[in-house]
Amino acid sequence: MIAGFPDAQPIAGLIGGLMIGLAAAIMLLGLGRIAGVSGLAARAIGLSASGPPRGVAIAFTVGLPVGAVLVALLSDGIPATFPAPGLLIVAGLIVGFGTRLGSGCTSGHGVCGLSRLSRRSIVATALFMGSGFATVALMRLTGMI
Amino acid sequence: MMRIIIALLSGALFGGGLAISGMADPMRVRAFLDLFGAWDPTLAFVMGGAMIPMALAWMVQRRVSRPFADRAFALPDTRAIDGKLALGAIVFGIGWGIGGLCPGPAIASLALSPAAAAPFVLAMLGGMAIHHFTIKS
Repeated sequence: MIAGFPDAQPIAGLIGGLMIGLAAAIMLLGLGRIAGVSGLAARAIGLSASGPPRGVAIAFTVGLPVGAVLVALLSDGIPATFPAPGLLIVAGLIVGFGTRLGSGCTSGHGVCGLSRLSRRSIVATALFMGSGFATVALMRLTGMI
Repeated sequence: MMRIIIALLSGALFGGGLAISGMADPMRVRAFLDLFGAWDPTLAFVMGGAMIPMALAWMVQRRVSRPFADRAFALPDTRAIDGKLALGAIVFGIGWGIGGLCPGPAIASLALSPAAAAPFVLAMLGGMAIHHFTIKS
């Protein structure tokens, strides 16, 4: 617990982050690929001509829920609260289109690109973080949340 | 087959990390983006934690000639910081803020909260399809 931020989970966050970084390191050093979820998911369902063989993309994408459910089974469950379905559909459409247009998301640009010190990824991460902050600020301003 | 197993292991470790870190909870992610509400810095610890193995991995990557289970590295070599990159990132951030979900946690949540995650993931794949069929790369 951090003083002033009662909801923060710094230790769990750090441990989960190390696992995510290790997973991305395995993709990089094992298969020579970026562990970018938006690109791999698009490749897995046949919406991308570039990227690893489809089997690799499908295996990584399927691995995500498998790992999550293993953690849930080994712990007391994973708490999660979701916005209303209508908002989720709008958000999903926007995220799908934006991540493909911008060639990456939090994993490809954020985790892999930032650690590579890629200028493209630094710019992309700053922009999607900035627009995320602005969007939530606007939702708060307009009483949506 | 080896490559499939490695990819599955990497995906599972990634998904497990998302679940442990609290990033599979859209409200926790949105709380990170909520600077004027009850700000929750957990996401910064997740990103910081992920940087450590990856920074080391990039150092190793520069010193080896090929990955251990494939013939060659196939890494993005685009340098251009152009309108597509900027607009795509900004658009993505808007959706991320609205839903509190980005692609990794959304797909991982299919196993944890399928009824809530499925509409997002289906819409996300729809958004990817719209991009695929409308924008020339």
